[in-house]
Amino acid sequence: MQHPSRALSRRSLLASAAAMAVLAGSADGKSLSGTVPWSPFAGEPPRPVNPLGWYFFNPGEAATIEAIVDRFIPGDHLSPGGKACGCAVYIDRQLAGAFGQASRLYMKGPFMPGLPTQGFQGDLTPAGRYRLGLRALADYTNTTYKKDFRALTAEQQDEVLAGLDGGKITLKLKPGFSSKEFFELMLQNTMEGFFADPLYGGNKNMASWKMIGFPGARYDYRDHIDKHNQPYPNGPVSIYGQV
Amino acid sequence: MARLLPKKDAVIVGLGWTGSILAQQLTEAGLNVVAIERGPWRDTPTDFNIAYVQDELRYAIRKELFLQPNVEAMTMRNNAGQRALPMRDYGSFLPGHGVGGAGVHWNGHTWRFWESDFQIKTHLTRRYGAAKIKNLQLQDWGVTWNEIEHSFDAFEYLCGISGKAGNIKGQIQAGGNPFESPRSREYPTPPMQMSYAPSLFAEAVKGMGYHPFPTPSANLSEAYVNSLGVRMGQCTFCGFCERFACGNYSKSSPQTCVLPVLMKNPNFEARTDCEVLKVNLTQDGKMAKSVTYIDATGTECEQPGDIVLLCAYGLMNVRMMLLSKIGAQYDPVSGQGTVGRNYCYQTSSGARMFFEGKHFNPFIGAGSMGQSMDDFNGDAFDHSKVDFVGGAGLNCVVSNGRPISNRPTMPGSPRWGAKWKQATVDGYQNSMGFSAQGSSYPVRENYLDLDPSYTDRHGRPLLRVTFDFPDNDIAMSHFISGQMEKITKAFNPKFAAVSRIKKGWDSVPYQSTHNTGGAIMGGNPKTSAVNKYLQSWDVPNVFVIGASAFAHNAGLNPTGVVGALAYWAAEAITTKYIKSPGALVHA
Repeated sequence: MQHPSRALSRRSLLASAAAMAVLAGSADGKSLSGTVPWSPFAGEPPRPVNPLGWYFFNPGEAATIEAIVDRFIPGDHLSPGGKACGCAVYIDRQLAGAFGQASRLYMKGPFMPGLPTQGFQGDLTPAGRYRLGLRALADYTNTTYKKDFRALTAEQQDEVLAGLDGGKITLKLKPGFSSKEFFELMLQNTMEGFFADPLYGGNKNMASWKMIGFPGARYDYRDHIDKHNQPYPNGPVSIYGQV
Repeated sequence: MARLLPKKDAVIVGLGWTGSILAQQLTEAGLNVVAIERGPWRDTPTDFNIAYVQDELRYAIRKELFLQPNVEAMTMRNNAGQRALPMRDYGSFLPGHGVGGAGVHWNGHTWRFWESDFQIKTHLTRRYGAAKIKNLQLQDWGVTWNEIEHSFDAFEYLCGISGKAGNIKGQIQAGGNPFESPRSREYPTPPMQMSYAPSLFAEAVKGMGYHPFPTPSANLSEAYVNSLGVRMGQCTFCGFCERFACGNYSKSSPQTCVLPVLMKNPNFEARTDCEVLKVNLTQDGKMAKSVTYIDATGTECEQPGDIVLLCAYGLMNVRMMLLSKIGAQYDPVSGQGTVGRNYCYQTSSGARMFFEGKHFNPFIGAGSMGQSMDDFNGDAFDHSKVDFVGGAGLNCVVSNGRPISNRPTMPGSPRWGAKWKQATVDGYQNSMGFSAQGSSYPVRENYLDLDPSYTDRHGRPLLRVTFDFPDNDIAMSHFISGQMEKITKAFNPKFAAVSRIKKGWDSVPYQSTHNTGGAIMGGNPKTSAVNKYLQSWDVPNVFVIGASAFAHNAGLNPTGVVGALAYWAAEAITTKYIKSPGALVHA
């Protein structure tokens, strides 16, 4: 997912073209005056991810993440599991793009330990946090169970995840990046993938939306607003029109 | 060397709600106006396209329309004894960016503050005695209700606000808010239709003797032609409102209400992707002569002007004043100085209730589709037997059911695994909530200044926010949480949970983008940065317009007041200042 950079370059191009049409020869190239600027196809529709292959994870990491998202969201009568829904692919594409690089965030130093009310103060990007975190997780399970995380039984995997969640397991990370923060990052990203529009790689066949009854990208509920306490009759739609 | 540009009558910094209203009013009066906006041009058909705006990940989670911290961050701490650190991502509040500013992605709750707010110190002292408020830095705003009422009216008729009046010229109206101050006429459009949860809320609290009314909404109940002749559409309850731009032309914003007219005025020019670095003053520091900005190509430009209007987000207005040395920095130890004084926020809590066998359909929502009650807000109730002043509006607003963020589960449910899934399914259709939006009153130690360590991409110091919830506001909020607990019982839920605020404002979870103060209006230049017309006491050709001017924050959303202040300042400039430039108030 490469919105910001792609959006910027294309937008700059269009904006300057539009501005020239409006005010050729003005003192400043971004000046807008006399009309509402408009150019055709100036929107920035999102680009669906390619579901094949891994862009960020190496094969071992990918298998571990697939195992983790399947424990966070196990397959059952309510929905397929996190892996089948594409949550690992979603995380991979996020880490390969602007999110993984922390390109929106304030990343200037000095980096100093903060108070909980001051939020994350580490110097690692999300991509860096996954790389370090997954390596430390592999070290932990190999020391404790003599196996990679993905080779553990489901019960053992849950035990490790619950240990990270509850602060009982401490991975060897680095100052400013705790095991609990690593766990929260993975959980948040997994849920994003599960519940986001399918175009980002997760929520395949809108499985999560069907599970809870969220109609997705529908944009008009005027016919149901006054039907109090009655189920909404229509299933979900996605941005690219999957019904 | 900055490129020197031809002079304009007025230079506006920031093209959001206040910038566009000021620009419209000033160009209408014949002035040549340029607005310089840091972010991009944005408009409905191109940027808020209904083919893809309903994208929770892109807009609500990755926050595409907001100010990004790599452009401008802020540092924060809870008190002066701590070291401030940068908020590396915005969390507790989310400032806007680009043309339209936060007016693009707000929810649309459009309130007026009350008569008692504008003279809060006088009013509370008269009612309870000076000792009751001795720990607070409350002060009158310098403007009175009767002076400014028509400015609220102007903003509401620009926006087409949907609501029900509660008090027209002193006559209490059935179905409206009986605690509001007298308004001159009814809202421009009728209230929105209500979904299930707010309807239940209204029924429940009415049964307890309270006074529910439809939340005044900038998501329009019907098509409307506004005071500038711009046509708007009916809200479709799409559930993608706050954090999103509206693709339906049905949420009031600079794009839907002002820009279609403003952009056609030949004496108006917008410069986008241009970041103002500072306001340049004359050598004696008593007049502004120009602003310096960096344009889209990275070129530094100097734009001279007779009047400079700071119309950025309130916090950025304060930073711009400090960077430009307009007025003196407030010092919380000595109490001297005015810029950075009386920074306030919002003191909120929430109630959530769980039922069985319901269909709340939370995705049928709009930013302001809901019911409110003010029985416990402001000075609507007697405070003589409680140990605080202020209060909270209670709002049952169904804004969305977007599932990445909004999937409540019964307290005690796991956060992942098979049992989490079942709890998520159960909670989604079976729960409803309501919230308390509490007032935030000024204390000496909450303030804004420039950070000594951290800088932005141009090397300028970041703004430093020093804030914690004052004891008064915590006591108020706990009282409100107690009332909310009583209210939940009227619904007879399977389970109810009400949150209680704690000391230690946390900058991470989202709370409210209602940051106020720092460049407050008032009658005394020793305790306010701008006079009653939002004119700088120190540099009289600078006006500072926004929530930065609030002398305190009430238990109500600020945008209605911000819009009114924009009209109020515009009127002072066009009817008084341009006829006789100089200080409009002599202290």
